[in-house]
Amino acid sequence: MRARIPGVDAAARSDLAVLLPSRARDRAPGRPGDLAFSRWLGSTAPWRLVLVVALVAAWPFAAAAQSGFTMGHAFEALWRWLPFLVTKGFAMNVVISFLTMAIGTAGGVVLGLWQVSPSAAARRVAWALTQAFRNSPWLVLLFIVMLTFPFQVEVGSTVIFIPDWTKAVFGLSLPVMANLSEVVRGAVQSVPTGQWEAAESLAFSRRQILWRIVLPQCFKRMVPPWMNWYAILTMATPLVSLLGVEELVTLSRQAMEAEDNHPELLVPFFGFALVIFFAYCYPIARWTIALERRFAVKL
Amino acid sequence: MSSREATMNGPDWDPSQPIVSIRDVYKSFGELEVLRGVSFEVMKGEVVCIIGPSGSGKSTLIRCVNALNSIDSGSIRVEGQEVHDPDLDKLELRRKVGMVFQQYNLFPHKTAIENVMMAPVLVLKEPKGEVEARARALIRKVRLEGKEDSFPGELSGGQQQRVAIARSLAMRPDIMLFDEITAALDPETVKEVLVTIRELAEEGMTCILVTHEMGFARELANHIYFTDRGVIVEHGPPATFFTEAKDPRTREFLSQIL
Ligand SMILES: Nc1ncnc2c1ncn2[C@@H]1O[C@H](COP(=O)(O)OP(=O)(O)O)[C@@H](O)[C@H]1O
Ligand SMILES: [Mg+2]
Repeated sequence: MRARIPGVDAAARSDLAVLLPSRARDRAPGRPGDLAFSRWLGSTAPWRLVLVVALVAAWPFAAAAQSGFTMGHAFEALWRWLPFLVTKGFAMNVVISFLTMAIGTAGGVVLGLWQVSPSAAARRVAWALTQAFRNSPWLVLLFIVMLTFPFQVEVGSTVIFIPDWTKAVFGLSLPVMANLSEVVRGAVQSVPTGQWEAAESLAFSRRQILWRIVLPQCFKRMVPPWMNWYAILTMATPLVSLLGVEELVTLSRQAMEAEDNHPELLVPFFGFALVIFFAYCYPIARWTIALERRFAVKL
Repeated sequence: MSSREATMNGPDWDPSQPIVSIRDVYKSFGELEVLRGVSFEVMKGEVVCIIGPSGSGKSTLIRCVNALNSIDSGSIRVEGQEVHDPDLDKLELRRKVGMVFQQYNLFPHKTAIENVMMAPVLVLKEPKGEVEARARALIRKVRLEGKEDSFPGELSGGQQQRVAIARSLAMRPDIMLFDEITAALDPETVKEVLVTIRELAEEGMTCILVTHEMGFARELANHIYFTDRGVIVEHGPPATFFTEAKDPRTREFLSQIL
């Protein structure tokens, strides 16, 4: 079948379709299959996490008995560092996730709309960029951005330093952008072509059709996968600690160092990181699933 | 032939000339030849019905009239303007030609009245108040008073189809194309829609209908065309078309459908 509405009713050319031929349609971004992460996280009962932390915490007690530094001391240390870890550490993860999401969303919308552009050249470029950033390990993208971007730029006589964390935001926003590009493309293509034809026969321009008819209909469909990607992104923000950006994990390690690196510190400090990420992302996952269900009923 | 002149005149089309003139149109989708030399003319105010087996190219043909499909060769002129012209202003053409589809294709996120008002407001840039008054009148005309604020999902098929007709009429087209608009409806609701079409035809609207409603075609059409595999096999006014069909394909089709 030849494309009637250029870019819109063309078959999806996704790498995943090769792996999942029978369910390719369900797996198209913007469809239910795409929310695997939220579904997994949202279906975890919070008490299980508590159980895991408790079990792991119980294990070093025997070892701790010999040295003078007990688990009690370790939790005490965590208590002391807690305000710092939250306000300087986790807050940074949240800031990074917000900024990354903002840039990634803006880029993803542009790239996604290019993927359904009437111009074949624009479609090809957008498709290539989307696939490239979607199928690269996030950490590799981060390293490339960190290492190839300058530390500072000189504008005339003034030198502007580019802090590491802004580079990290940029590096993380690339894969987010590519994945959201697929969400936008999938959503636009999920609107029946009859809508395009009806609007065309009423003399709407392509731009008007997209903004007045198609996007308003698929906006709701984009929200759950968008939130799903936000949760995935937030979980991925500790990656930037590998590049020395000061966020929760970096600061936890620094705090443990300041407490003489007792092995007993590992469980409380990283356990706390687990708990706070879980506490932040779990409600988002539940909310994502609830929205998905509600929109599925309505549309 | 006098229609050569019409080409020259373009926008200054003379209403004594055919309002739609289709000449020797060919169209393929890849290897598949869907239209193989179709020609016919429609005068202003005429009602023309196109019948024929499914897959014979009826939809493709009328979709070429408002440039939803392009053609490979031949000529289609609407009010003297060549549709098969790369420089054609498609939007200008589509303001003159309304189209109603089998699947209604109402905008599901807009109410009935918003569906009707959208194109005049956004495309023709007419003042909202004026458009609203016209839209209300159109909704009354298709007998849907009281349903102005219903969403398409809350309306029956026949009601949706009548909103779709009102939506097209709101653009004040010169020509209306109908592509099997009753084919998806229950037999009882078909009537409601046909009543609306009849009124339109009686008001002098030029209508090109693809339909299987033979009773309707017999009563209202000025001319009936029977297509099969991309060609017009037989045509004539209803008085003779139904009784004097000569081609065996036409007879077989009619015997199946009547
Ligand atoms: N966009 C398209 N791409 C490829 N083939 C098409 C397309 N539209 C229609 N066709 C084919 O053209 C033939 C005629 O279709 P159509 O005009 O819809 O017939 P009808 O309306 O008489 O049933 C069919 O075989 C159909 O599959
Ligand atoms: Mg058809």
